[in-house]
Amino acid sequence: MKSDLINFVKDENQCTVFVQGDVDLSNSSELRKTILSALKTSPLVVVDLADVTYIDSSGIAALVEGLQYGNSHQKSFRLTRLSPHVKSIIELARLDQVFTIND
Amino acid sequence: MSKQNRTTPEKVIEVTDLVTHYGTRKILDGMNFAVDRGEIRVIMGGSGSGKSTLLWYILGLYKPTSGQIKVLGEDINQISFNEHLKLKQNIGVSFQSGALFSSMTVGDNVAFPLREFTDLDENTIRIITRMKLEVVNLGGFHKLMPSQLSGGMIKRAALARAIVMDPKLLFFDEPSAGLDPVVASEIDDLILSLRDNMGMSMIVVTHELESAFKIADRITFLDQGKNLLTASVDEVKQSKNKRIMDLLQRRSRHDKLDPDEYLRRLTQENYTLS
Amino acid sequence: MTKLTQKLESLGQITVQSLERLGFAMRLFWDSFYWLIVGRKYKQRLRFAQVIKHIKAEGVDALPIVLMLALVVGMMLAIQLIYALQAFGAQSQVLLAIAKSVTREFSPLITGIIVAGRSGAAIAARIGSQTVSQEIDALNVMGVVPVRYLVLPPLLALIISMPLLIIAADIVAIFGGALFSVTKLDMSISAYMVESFNVLVIGDIMQGLIKSVVFGIIIVLVGATTGFYVTNGAEGVGKATTTAVVVSISFIVFADMIASYFLTK
Repeated sequence: MKSDLINFVKDENQCTVFVQGDVDLSNSSELRKTILSALKTSPLVVVDLADVTYIDSSGIAALVEGLQYGNSHQKSFRLTRLSPHVKSIIELARLDQVFTIND
Repeated sequence: MSKQNRTTPEKVIEVTDLVTHYGTRKILDGMNFAVDRGEIRVIMGGSGSGKSTLLWYILGLYKPTSGQIKVLGEDINQISFNEHLKLKQNIGVSFQSGALFSSMTVGDNVAFPLREFTDLDENTIRIITRMKLEVVNLGGFHKLMPSQLSGGMIKRAALARAIVMDPKLLFFDEPSAGLDPVVASEIDDLILSLRDNMGMSMIVVTHELESAFKIADRITFLDQGKNLLTASVDEVKQSKNKRIMDLLQRRSRHDKLDPDEYLRRLTQENYTLS
Repeated sequence: MTKLTQKLESLGQITVQSLERLGFAMRLFWDSFYWLIVGRKYKQRLRFAQVIKHIKAEGVDALPIVLMLALVVGMMLAIQLIYALQAFGAQSQVLLAIAKSVTREFSPLITGIIVAGRSGAAIAARIGSQTVSQEIDALNVMGVVPVRYLVLPPLLALIISMPLLIIAADIVAIFGGALFSVTKLDMSISAYMVESFNVLVIGDIMQGLIKSVVFGIIIVLVGATTGFYVTNGAEGVGKATTTAVVVSISFIVFADMIASYFLTK
């Protein structure tokens, strides 16, 4: 799957999802589907959020759903390189204490 | 530049020469008022100064007698009804009384706009709803009915509902009225963090001076339907304007009394304000 | 002199107010169907589940009381008609008289009055308390059209459930008539029932059904209008509830008279 919003790199052990641009109601379901399907095939999914300029609540919810799915299916789900905007939104809901976040 | 900035005009609200009536009584009398993007603007004024009225007209609940109201760049009295409906999805409102739907749980109240306006999955809606309740420190309270909440909790639940669609513009009517100082100051902190983290522009109507000084970028004082002064907190504190000093010290206004008129008000059977 | 002008003035005010509300009710009716048709396009779609909920609350839940009263009315009619027809030695006509008067007049009227008392009051109270607690304003500022959300679902629910209630009431009322008449007519109940349906023409049934739809619309529009006009908090809500019931029953009776005139040649 390739798009302006989401790209991913995959090997046997890990799938890294790169997200860029704006995540909002118009495309958060795409992010959600990508994350969930990546979790079905990889034991470890890392979402790279360095190039996210805007994320709304539905985008954050997609990440939470990824974590929910990962935890209930013994898969690892991590976030990495949060852009400042993403970081502030995640901290507002105190989700920084819930996600595993790598730098 | 974040999306919030790219798609939001520099002035989120522009009110020009607004005149409104309630019946035959003039409430707003040539109001001029503008709010910048990302600003927290506090509106103050005595009761009857028109501060709530201004809010209702900006929200488009009533049609003004004359003047122009632009919200997020759109003239709300020129755009079509359906364009206005769409515009409203970018605006959150937290009412003084909360105005939660009494027949729904807190969770359903917060989820309501998502269910109405988005095609999101129910699982996603649940997560967003609970996340917003976490933001306002009401995590786990989604199953309660509004009647089971305290005053401060109602305000916070109403705030959660107001921000659930990630609005660009948030209106807050009397956030701390009727709350004890500790709870009131928590809500002030919440207002600040919403602006800082989500980049919302906010208009807060309040009569709590302490709260206004804490959250405001600028304060607008209304008096008799006019914009008396708009200034930063420091400027307000140093203002020499008599009416503002009165308001700050909460002294009663000493209007010049018309003895005949006063007597009529007291005695005439069918007296109405003209 | 001043007393008189004051009286005239208040009379004028009441007239203006009533006309204003009448206009408002018409607007509600028009807007309801406008949003029914274009709602989906503007994300103002009608919730089907909401209509079902209202059909249950306004229709199904009213069924027991409607049926009970229909039965009693049927019996009462039999008693009175047999007495009156006896004078002409025309007792045998009681079957026809009951069948026609029940389907054309009594079952829609009784059902209309019961539903006005139940649903009209409930709608006025609900919308009234939502007006008082600013819930209507909250809907407005969110961009939810209150008419679509609060008026259209019960309106559709009553348009659907009133005719169904009427059909049920027709059958039970005729049955009630049968209970009392069969001994006088020397017929079995089942033969009475079959004969009753034979004497009815489609126009008889239709008259009742058309009236019931009109009554349903009156009940919702009056209830909603009085609800939206509530002022004065909880006391106002109570007053609106009473007003809604009284006004909608009055309108129902008048509408019934007008409909009877035009639908009966």
